[in-house]
Amino acid sequence: MTATGTTPLRKRAARPVPATAPRRRRLTERQSKGLAFVVLVAPMLLGLGLFRYVAIGWSFLLSFSEARRTISLGHWVGLDNYRELLSDERFRDSLTMIVLFTALIVPITFVGSLGLAVLVNRVRRGRAFFRTAFLLPAAVSYVAAAMIWKMALFSGVPSGLANTLGALFGADATPWIQTQSPPLYWIVLVTLRLWLQVGLYMILFIAGLQAIPQHLYEAASLDGAGPWRTFRSITFPMLRNTSVAILLLMFIAALQAFDEFYAIFSTGASLGSEPVRTPLMHLYGVALQDQDYGVGSAGAFLLTLLIVLVTLLQGRILGFARDKD
Amino acid sequence: MNRFRGSVLGSAATYLVLCLLAVVFLIPFYVLLRNALMTTPEVTAADWHWLPSALNWDNFTSLFDNPERPFGRSIVNSLIIAVITAPVSTLLASMAGYALARIAVPGRAAVLAVIVGTLMIPQAVTFLPTFVVVGSMGGVNTMWGLIAPGLFNAFAVVLFRSFYLSFPAEIEEAGRLDGLSYLGVYGRIILPNSATMIASLGALSFIDAWNSFLWPLMIGQDPSSWTVQIALSSFLTSQTVNLPQLFAGTAVAILPLVIMFLVAQRHIVQGIAMSGLKS
Repeated sequence: MTATGTTPLRKRAARPVPATAPRRRRLTERQSKGLAFVVLVAPMLLGLGLFRYVAIGWSFLLSFSEARRTISLGHWVGLDNYRELLSDERFRDSLTMIVLFTALIVPITFVGSLGLAVLVNRVRRGRAFFRTAFLLPAAVSYVAAAMIWKMALFSGVPSGLANTLGALFGADATPWIQTQSPPLYWIVLVTLRLWLQVGLYMILFIAGLQAIPQHLYEAASLDGAGPWRTFRSITFPMLRNTSVAILLLMFIAALQAFDEFYAIFSTGASLGSEPVRTPLMHLYGVALQDQDYGVGSAGAFLLTLLIVLVTLLQGRILGFARDKD
Repeated sequence: MNRFRGSVLGSAATYLVLCLLAVVFLIPFYVLLRNALMTTPEVTAADWHWLPSALNWDNFTSLFDNPERPFGRSIVNSLIIAVITAPVSTLLASMAGYALARIAVPGRAAVLAVIVGTLMIPQAVTFLPTFVVVGSMGGVNTMWGLIAPGLFNAFAVVLFRSFYLSFPAEIEEAGRLDGLSYLGVYGRIILPNSATMIASLGALSFIDAWNSFLWPLMIGQDPSSWTVQIALSSFLTSQTVNLPQLFAGTAVAILPLVIMFLVAQRHIVQGIAMSGLKS
């Protein structure tokens, strides 16, 4: 194992550091180099080895074992855990939910953050203020934002902000989160994540925008190109690599959604039984409430598979951002 | 002429749109503070008021009175976690990033591949495997269980590595000639010269640690090891919700970071632009 193999090395390596100069000079150049490398890299390697590689390897084995109320490997059941999970309607519903959510939130956040970046980049005065205003929500946790959205902005009572604004147009007070048909809760979920994330992606787009050579714009303006034409033929194509990378980050972030769904929909009764839930919520319920670590692990790998598929598909369609560098 | 007028109109429209959007983005903060300072009847009143009738600061003090929701304890827990995670994870990443960029030893490429390889696995998906491992080592409801897995950030290693690759080699060579060891060069020359990177990634790491939810929810099952985010979410599952208190709690969970964000904004923006974001 990685862990036990490298520990003694690190201890040995740590000793010469406080020693004084004459002693150290006796090491050859190559030895001192190797020593420094090991001392600097070992902690990170050990940590990632234990908390990522060992964890994932163990969990992979658990996903083929019957592991109820235990995390020790034993009873081998082959693909049963995967089969059980995929035949569970509640899990399949959660997969549908996350695919829908991703299909909604990714394009909206993409267009929103690119639009904000272009606008903020265009103004000369007050740029720092606007950047701050849009980025500030990024400091807020999903849970805290969910509280504001659920209990203040989109609360079902007439004095909730959304209902107050609706009343100005003569609309009746609406229970936004509880309304399933039409599914008004999507408005709550999408606006919340948009508010939290759009500023972060905006910053990435601004960094991309500022890397575009200015002479391209000068040439375009000499040719009499308007703003829309300039955006289409210069800005957007030049942002291609940035866009591909940002889309990938957005997909991965959306497919792993948990916090705000939990904070908005959980009633505290039994996890995974909420009317609206994501795969991670379902798996959390399976693993921590039912204590079925075999099925839970199987789900973690199915979700990984989904994310890998999306990543590959996106790479296939758009080309990986790295190709051009 | 026409174009000049067009551009003036265009930039006026741009400002108008941006100002409107900025107001929309800041409104949730305002509503939060407003509600945190109101009384229960005011919050639940049938019609909207922009200002509370009086500033009810006792919402903030009563927050700490409920023994079933140890809010004060949860803030202390979150602070300990973030204060340890931010510097340690940043330092570890800087150490590894420097070695991988500057110390040429056999096998370096393989080590880099092992570290970068963890980036391919989606973060949320590793929580369950990590829970299995940390749980088997007795880490449930412990401080180390809450902290340890968050200390190892492969993404930050990659960022530090590319930062150190562009670091001028002459300075290091001068240090070597003066008799410093490789570790001496790192500690005396490299580390002090990475202050900006360390500040920006440290701030991002602090935010991540303070805001993280799923891992503390899994590992901190006992109220005594709750973090502030968990304590906040516990409002939703309790039988009776004291709304102004809930908003006061939310404000307490947000304000430290908002203040830090405003103070360290320039570094954080740099960090985000460099890192391509971590959440």
